[in-house]
Amino acid sequence: MSKRLCFAALATALSLAFAAPAVHAATPKDTIVMAWQLDGIITFDPAESYEIATQELGTNIYDRLLRYEAEDATKLVGGVAESWTISPDAKTFVFKLRPNQKFASGAPITADDMAWSLQRVVLLDKTPAFLFTQLGWSKDNVKDLVQATDPNTVTFKITEDLAPSLVLNLMSTFAASVVEKKVAMANEVNGDLGNSWLKAHSAGSGPYNLVSWKADESVTLEANPNYHLGAPHMKRVVVRHIPEPATQRLLLEKGDIDIARDLTPDQLTPMANNKDIRIESFPAANTYYLGMNLSEEHLKNPKVREAMKMLVDYEGMVNTVLKGRFIQQEAFLPLGFLGAIAYNPYSLNVEKAKALLADAGYPNGFELEFTTPNLPPWTDIAQSVQQTMGQGGIKLKIVQVELKQELQIFRARKHQLVLNSWAPDYFDPHSNADTFAHNDDDSDTPKIKPLAWRTHWYIPDLTKQTLAAAKEIDTEKRKAEYAALQKTVTDTGPFVIMFQNANQVASRADVKGFKTGLFEDFNFYRTITK
Amino acid sequence: MVTVAAPAAVTDGEWVRRVAGPIRRVWRLLFSVVLTFLGLTCVTFFIGRVIPIDPVLAIVGDKASIETYNRVRSEIGLDLPIPVQYWRYLLKVLHGDFGNSVITSQPVLQDLLRVFPATLELSLLALIIGVVFGVPLGVIAATHRGRWQDQVIRFGSLIGYSMPVFWLGLIGLLVFYAKLGWVEGPGRLDVSYDDIVPVVTGLITVDSLFAGEHDVFWNSLGHLVLPASILGYLSLAYVARMTRSFMLGQLKQEYILATLAKGLSPFRVVWVHALGNVWVQLVTVIALTFGNLLEGAVLTETVFAWPGLGLYMKNSLFNADLNAVLGGTMLVGVIYIGLNMLSDLIYPLVDPRARERR
Repeated sequence: MSKRLCFAALATALSLAFAAPAVHAATPKDTIVMAWQLDGIITFDPAESYEIATQELGTNIYDRLLRYEAEDATKLVGGVAESWTISPDAKTFVFKLRPNQKFASGAPITADDMAWSLQRVVLLDKTPAFLFTQLGWSKDNVKDLVQATDPNTVTFKITEDLAPSLVLNLMSTFAASVVEKKVAMANEVNGDLGNSWLKAHSAGSGPYNLVSWKADESVTLEANPNYHLGAPHMKRVVVRHIPEPATQRLLLEKGDIDIARDLTPDQLTPMANNKDIRIESFPAANTYYLGMNLSEEHLKNPKVREAMKMLVDYEGMVNTVLKGRFIQQEAFLPLGFLGAIAYNPYSLNVEKAKALLADAGYPNGFELEFTTPNLPPWTDIAQSVQQTMGQGGIKLKIVQVELKQELQIFRARKHQLVLNSWAPDYFDPHSNADTFAHNDDDSDTPKIKPLAWRTHWYIPDLTKQTLAAAKEIDTEKRKAEYAALQKTVTDTGPFVIMFQNANQVASRADVKGFKTGLFEDFNFYRTITK
Repeated sequence: MVTVAAPAAVTDGEWVRRVAGPIRRVWRLLFSVVLTFLGLTCVTFFIGRVIPIDPVLAIVGDKASIETYNRVRSEIGLDLPIPVQYWRYLLKVLHGDFGNSVITSQPVLQDLLRVFPATLELSLLALIIGVVFGVPLGVIAATHRGRWQDQVIRFGSLIGYSMPVFWLGLIGLLVFYAKLGWVEGPGRLDVSYDDIVPVVTGLITVDSLFAGEHDVFWNSLGHLVLPASILGYLSLAYVARMTRSFMLGQLKQEYILATLAKGLSPFRVVWVHALGNVWVQLVTVIALTFGNLLEGAVLTETVFAWPGLGLYMKNSLFNADLNAVLGGTMLVGVIYIGLNMLSDLIYPLVDPRARERR
């Protein structure tokens, strides 16, 4: 009977599949397999990429003009450049390139490649362009201002007044990567300077080459033997997109991946005693804060704002629900940044807060709508804040929304109180100061929407200080200016700044040498061994 | 008057009837297809435009200047009135242009062609599992109505029907992959087998067989079998329940008694005569089950890191990638309509009466 035959055949096929030898064993010895939520990848082009994953991967694919290297992530050193000089007026920067550097293709790196790569960011005018346009570069002038003055020298001029340390930090961003001009231009389409080709290919000189990117699936990198600090230990790095953290844990325990990037306490806690797994926590640079809306009558009163800062259990959260994932930091610069200060003036003090509220005319407290993202750890933080604020008499009504939706509410200033985080754009204090302490146009149609604007905190004087700090040539003085700015914002601002986050990385015990830095730019694969 | 004696000579009226019938059917079909698509795109489009996630922000990021924001907004046409946007979208679709995805910056059509084979491979195997096991189980349940076999099958399918596939998937991974090691883990292939087989159909099992790469075939099957079984369980549950109730209906009929009285073996009566009459209804159920499998794939694909349509749609939704969502919705719509047409075509094969009606 044909039906029975079909049935038998299928049953056999299925049982064969089950019985097929499971060729497991761990990952290959010369390959690192990493599980990571990669759904944000749009492009690998340094002039366009602005997502966390491509910034990290790109760091390992491209070398850049200057950089912070794995060996000492606090010291700015040359990448493509070997040395640099700055004119006394801090307007002209001259970079001498390291001799005998090669692209992955084997071609030598020239000053022309480097200058063209910088120009390209401005000419393409994609998201990262704003990093360089603050220097005064535009599509019209960038070819004159950025030039290869000889085969080994890149010289550029800036037209804005900016602190040299800020300019150099901008030259250490992913956007300042050197792209092989010849390869990119060979793949140019409609004058796009190779942009569409570079979305999924690489033409760089970093420790690895991009071999393949399969959207929603994986990214594969291969060691570049021409890398100027020597070929990396691991021949291949495969990053697999594993969206579900619980699945990442299973893969890690089984040894099918070496490193898991997105595990949460649900997965990490039960693995704490597993000898095959190592769990590490590294400080990162996101600032978590509550943002008020000063168009709310209650919140206009500085005493109320101060009281609210005393109604958050910073320490309690860091030691319990947020353990390993957050560090208490009440200033707007993450520790590790130039000018950052460990400044934690506030702690939970219900009595003092109540007295302040009574003073302000609210002895019985008041109600506020509290908009928060609908995922942990946000929900954990929101619950704790709601509880302690309640002790002081401020009744928070939690409204949970999708993270992207919250951003929209916040940008439209339709919130009363939000829970949110800020990720700096580059490794310089100006990136954060420019958002927490910049609002000289509180109208509904400003040019930019910094956090101070979103909270209706109109601060023309403080904005001047922020801009002055960005221009300060003397680095020590500059640090002091940021210290003062941070204190002012924490003490008087409409923000309850709470934490700096940390990344938790779980890896197989035999995998060594991978740590995440404050920035994706500091996450090096070339130091990994196993 | 039509003369019966001369069948070769067809009258005008007969001609008209013969030609008009199919033409009318084709028209009706076309009309319903067009109407379905208009409704589908319309609803999806308007929902997409009113959700509180800003697609421009998804492209330019939170930190872009107002100029960039406005430029991109008008580039993708969001500054126009919604009906105008919809009209423009329809015009583009008619020219085969589904727009570009925000996330992958590739044409949506190209993306769908890339992700769909993964889902097709998964849901086809799931459907086979569902039918191959579901139908016999349903028949057994019906012939053993009220006895322990029936109870076990009904309880088993109730579980399959009501358990979240997300949870089932994780438990399946924990047991069969992590603990027992019977199957391969999440993903479509082991890292070491990546990029060996050239992509032809996109179905790795098929491609690897054609390329003669037996190791890759076994590996991909090892990866496929668990998610397909989980999804298959889902469809099995539905197919078994439906088969049971259809069969109960058939077994009550008088012809069953007659065939038994004629002395046919009960086995033949049940599996050939009764089941043979149930197939017509089952074909529709199975076709719809396949549609449901595509929906079930969203969660399964997340748990199993399966780079298919479900994962793609989920990603697009969360990132307000409207072109991708619309394109994906239309693909699912095409499949549903296609399945309906297919089941119409299959009816005559399983039901002689339907053949005569044609």
